Amino acid sequence: MAVPTGVSEQDWAAALEALSSVVGSEWVFTEEEHTSLYHDVYSIYQGEPEDPVVPAAVAPYTAEEVQQCVRIANQYRIPIYPISTGKNLGYGGSAPVYSGSLVLDLKRMDRILNVDVEKATVLVEPGVTFYDIVDHFERNNMPLTLDMPDPAWGSLIGNALERGMGHTYSQHGRDRWSGHCGMEVVLPTGDMIRTGPGASGSNVLWQDQKYGIGPDVHGIFTQSNYGVITKMGFWIRPAHEGFRHARVHVPRFDDIHKLVALDTRLHNMEICNGMSVMASPLYGSFGPMLFMPPVTDPEHLALLEVRNGERPDPGPLAAYGERNRLAFWWLELKFHGPNPVTQAQWDYAKDLFSREIPGCWFEEYEPLEFPLSEEVKANLNTYGHVEMVNIGIPSLHRFAMSMRNQFNPEPGVGHFWFAPMIPKTGEQILLAQEVLQKNCERLGIPLFAPYYSMLPLMWYPRAGIFLAGWNVHADPERNRRTREQYVELSQICADHGWTEYRAPAPLHDQIMRMSNGFNDHALLRFHETLKDAIDPNGILSAGRYGIWPRHLREEGQG
Amino acid sequence: MRTVRFITWLSVLFMPALAALAQDAGEETALERGKAVYDQWCIICHGEDDPASGGGTAALEFLYQGALPAKLEDRSDMTPELITELVRRGRFGMPNFRLTEISEQQLEDMIAYLRRNSGDAGDANDSGD
Repeated sequence: MAVPTGVSEQDWAAALEALSSVVGSEWVFTEEEHTSLYHDVYSIYQGEPEDPVVPAAVAPYTAEEVQQCVRIANQYRIPIYPISTGKNLGYGGSAPVYSGSLVLDLKRMDRILNVDVEKATVLVEPGVTFYDIVDHFERNNMPLTLDMPDPAWGSLIGNALERGMGHTYSQHGRDRWSGHCGMEVVLPTGDMIRTGPGASGSNVLWQDQKYGIGPDVHGIFTQSNYGVITKMGFWIRPAHEGFRHARVHVPRFDDIHKLVALDTRLHNMEICNGMSVMASPLYGSFGPMLFMPPVTDPEHLALLEVRNGERPDPGPLAAYGERNRLAFWWLELKFHGPNPVTQAQWDYAKDLFSREIPGCWFEEYEPLEFPLSEEVKANLNTYGHVEMVNIGIPSLHRFAMSMRNQFNPEPGVGHFWFAPMIPKTGEQILLAQEVLQKNCERLGIPLFAPYYSMLPLMWYPRAGIFLAGWNVHADPERNRRTREQYVELSQICADHGWTEYRAPAPLHDQIMRMSNGFNDHALLRFHETLKDAIDPNGILSAGRYGIWPRHLREEGQG
Repeated sequence: MRTVRFITWLSVLFMPALAALAQDAGEETALERGKAVYDQWCIICHGEDDPASGGGTAALEFLYQGALPAKLEDRSDMTPELITELVRRGRFGMPNFRLTEISEQQLEDMIAYLRRNSGDAGDANDSGD
């Protein structure tokens, strides 16, 4: 039988017996055929010795059982690693960071504990998925909606703790963590806390107000290893009444600066409240996207050749655009709200762009009315129409883009994301395109299309993310090279101040170190100080986001 | 919701066939349970090639080019070993599923359902009770 790292066989046997008495022996998995399921199928260490091994998994059903499991882990100094739904593919999945950890599988804790329709709040357990919550609203006729991530099979809590992103409204929406309100946390000692007003012992304000009194500790539980979250509240949104999207086209290369600045202005004024998208019809579509057809005209294609990593000359492209009525850039704005209201918001935006960018023009789409008609529903996720994730409908459509298809005839065994954050300015976007293109060429990184045709995702109000999927393969040598490329390109970006927003679990150490260098990595030392105080036996999620407990640091980890 | 509509539609389509296949109460229960597991976990990717789909059916259609049915429910050649391997290990972007998601019994039931049209499906049609 496999034994957790650093634990004697005698202690392990006693611990398994104790765990079985808590959760029932049927929920303690020790057979290799079962423990091997705790694996990131997208791991970039496929089949290599570094791929984490799991000696056992235990699946508690209640927060109290979680507490007992954590106390047993403390008693026997067993490293443990909690997962919610384990669908964090490419970022670790259901596998621990520290090989030999016992996985605490929280999937059975899938209760929707409370829904307040009037205030638009929910309280859920870690096993609740986005599909679950939408089904719950529909079955109970609750007029509510919430933001959607790419694949809807993940955990609300897990996605928030990873600071994952979605595709709908700005306020407490796309930035999943920004919508949290109230947590129940089992600390690494087995003690339990509730945060915000829930700390009073009363639930009356727990999902209504983020702050209680005293220090606000919520953020330390994201991308970290300081506690097991057993309940979390979220602020969501009344069901959609309307949705509007429209495009602003601008003719000149240099118009990007004003275009981006005005988008930021409109979001900061809350006139625009949906996720903007930018593209360049002249630099071309980079794949099977729903919003722009690929370039096919030979004359146009000839203008797009990238030589020695240099940007294709904007001059001839602009002239081609003028002849063919193609914008150099466009910005798609999205508005969530009743259509008469969003009409006024769009009118204001049009007026602003007309005054600030001479020669711009607009493309408007029929706004959606909710509930959607069957005809509208039938067209969602098809070319030229609204994506389901933009209006809070669960879908795996974006996930499907990485499956085998005409654009991806030989898919890898998985993928992960290279995703540096950059300031949301035209200057930084253009600089990032050039730095990424030239260094991808230098490092031999395969690209679906040149970076000059890619624009950052406008997930945040004042920053963008240059998101690119990288394939994982069955060949260890290929994956080794991919890891090296990822780390080197991430370092180049970090040197420009463009740090990753999230990272694959096996590379947390490198990414955290390169992203937190100020004052000789003082923030990393602060994380370790917290870790040693909160988790004195160093049992919980060792190594997650580069935070190692004292005894493993002394062994050279991190 | 599109997912729910698919499940309802498929239930209507397949239930009479399932009932006709049933030789006794236990057998019918296994197939019904297996279909329910399939609907919960698999159909979102391996159902109709729908815009909300995770793309399993489209990927297999591209791979097989008509040599095999792209929808797994239309297949009659999948062995229990292959189904188990796919569910527990995943393949080409498809994730694996743990015992807390699909239990051993649920997997057996789903195998029975997916092999209901196989020539040697007798054992797989066992209720598993």
